[in-house]
Amino acid sequence: MKLTPKTATLLVLAALIALTPLFFPSGYYYRVGALIFVNGLSVLGIVILTGYAGQVSLGHAGFAGIGAYACALAPVHLGLHPALAIVLGAVISAIMAWLVGRPILRLKGYYLGVASLGFGILVSMVLSNERWLTKGPDGIEVPDLGLRDLLKDMGLKLANGEFWYFFSGICLLIGAWLVLNLYNSPTGRALRALHGSEIAARTVGVDVAKLKLQAFVISAVYASVAGSLLALMNKFVTPDVAGFMHSIEMVTMAVLGGAGSVLGAIFGAGILTLLPQVLTVFAEYEQLMLGAVMMLVMIFMRDGLLPSVLRKIRGRGE
Amino acid sequence: MSELMQFLLSGATVGAVYALVALGFTIIYNASDVVNFAQGEFVMLGGMTTVFAHAAGLPLPLAALVAVVATSALGVALNKLAIEPARGAPVVSLIIITIGASIFIRGAAQLVFDKQIHRFPAFTGDDPLHILGATILPQSLWVIGGALVVFVALWLFFTRTLTGRAVLATSNNRLAAQLVGINTNWVMTLSFALSAGIGALAGVLVTPITMTSYDVGIALALKGFAAAMLGGMGNPKGALVGGILLGLLESLTAGYLSSTYKDAAAFIVILGVLFFMPQGLFGRKSTDRV
Repeated sequence: MKLTPKTATLLVLAALIALTPLFFPSGYYYRVGALIFVNGLSVLGIVILTGYAGQVSLGHAGFAGIGAYACALAPVHLGLHPALAIVLGAVISAIMAWLVGRPILRLKGYYLGVASLGFGILVSMVLSNERWLTKGPDGIEVPDLGLRDLLKDMGLKLANGEFWYFFSGICLLIGAWLVLNLYNSPTGRALRALHGSEIAARTVGVDVAKLKLQAFVISAVYASVAGSLLALMNKFVTPDVAGFMHSIEMVTMAVLGGAGSVLGAIFGAGILTLLPQVLTVFAEYEQLMLGAVMMLVMIFMRDGLLPSVLRKIRGRGE
Repeated sequence: MSELMQFLLSGATVGAVYALVALGFTIIYNASDVVNFAQGEFVMLGGMTTVFAHAAGLPLPLAALVAVVATSALGVALNKLAIEPARGAPVVSLIIITIGASIFIRGAAQLVFDKQIHRFPAFTGDDPLHILGATILPQSLWVIGGALVVFVALWLFFTRTLTGRAVLATSNNRLAAQLVGINTNWVMTLSFALSAGIGALAGVLVTPITMTSYDVGIALALKGFAAAMLGGMGNPKGALVGGILLGLLESLTAGYLSSTYKDAAAFIVILGVLFFMPQGLFGRKSTDRV
């Protein structure tokens, strides 16, 4: 059997998820791992939007906020099961992305940036200010997903950290599989074509505005589902999930690791999730180091960490 | 009536600061096509450096001068160390570089200065003046007047001096400017110095009213960016009008509708402008060369 890049990527990812726990000295690491996978899932949306289609969003955390608060509010107020609340959040995010993106994505350049920035700030402001619904800046409790109890009834006992590690790992695998499928589909090729040159893509008959809108909506759904998972995992959520810094984090994770590559972007999510954990010792220097890393990687490794390093290794081999 | 006047005056004061930040965005964008998200940090540095230089014993005007010069030097360093080496990188990389720079500067300020909130005395006292039934702080007049002086001075610089015209030429067409012998790298350095200096000046002017701390930059950068987009990115006139409009909008919303949603109003209007007038109020229609 010939190993396509798609299968190879999925195998590497699956092996990493399955084998890393063998080296975990304590249960705490399952939690960090799960956090990386959830961040990785939201970053996969950025791979489609930024890596493939070349568009920049500065407000994707807004969609994460919608997903997270859907899981906090829908089970309480609408009586929905949390799993259905994830779906509800994703649908609302998709509709919002369509509404915001439709007029904006006909334009080029920074306009999607500023429009999505405005959207993200509006979402986080509503979440902070509408206390009667969201309980304001202090955050709100989120009900249990209930899947772990279901597994327990079926005879599979997992600690909370372990459950979320493997559950979010599987979600990440499915998400990566979908993105990789898109890459080689006609839509994916058209997306990459418009990244190269919008005018050239239009000349060969690509409906540029429609494609960009599709990429924006899909990436919004990824962010929303990741936001839902984050809320369900922590059983608690604050409006920070929709904040500007979270939007920046998402884009940075993707671009730092390599927005054009699924593994690269997930790698970026891993680095940026681990960095604060490692740097707690140097809490004073955290911002300084984060800023320096962002600048240095972008200046010296334009395609992101993973693709640049891989190219170097291959270059040496020849 | 006097209530409306009050909102207009406070809106104009805030708007003047947004206009100066938006002007900083515009100058750098014109010279290099980079949207510099570290622009708000220049404002923070202007205020913070003045506070600490003043506390160290320098008289206020000298402390302010030190702050503006030091921030300009930092702007030049940012250009030389981070923007020039990344020439030709995609838009998203440049955005991340400038956001990285802004996080870096914030982290450094937190170490070099501190995390407290600071202010220094207003230039000409704190006794409010009365205009048409409304009150205004003398410092607000300094802010508005300072912004006007900066805009007039820049307008003269761009239209009356050879150097200013070289900057304009570079922003119109970099390659053509190089071909007629303009040192475009030098123009970029100048633009970063100017833009950082203007940001720092805004910080110096407004700190007695709003106070300052190491983390005020990011909010100012977002508002300034929004103001620049509202006016039409790349147009100094647009920066002035966009900034003042945004300030007025915020204070009117806070006064008549809801103070919790004053920032929301600004962004809703910006979304509206983008939907209906995508080039901003004063933006040029652009055509693409293939």
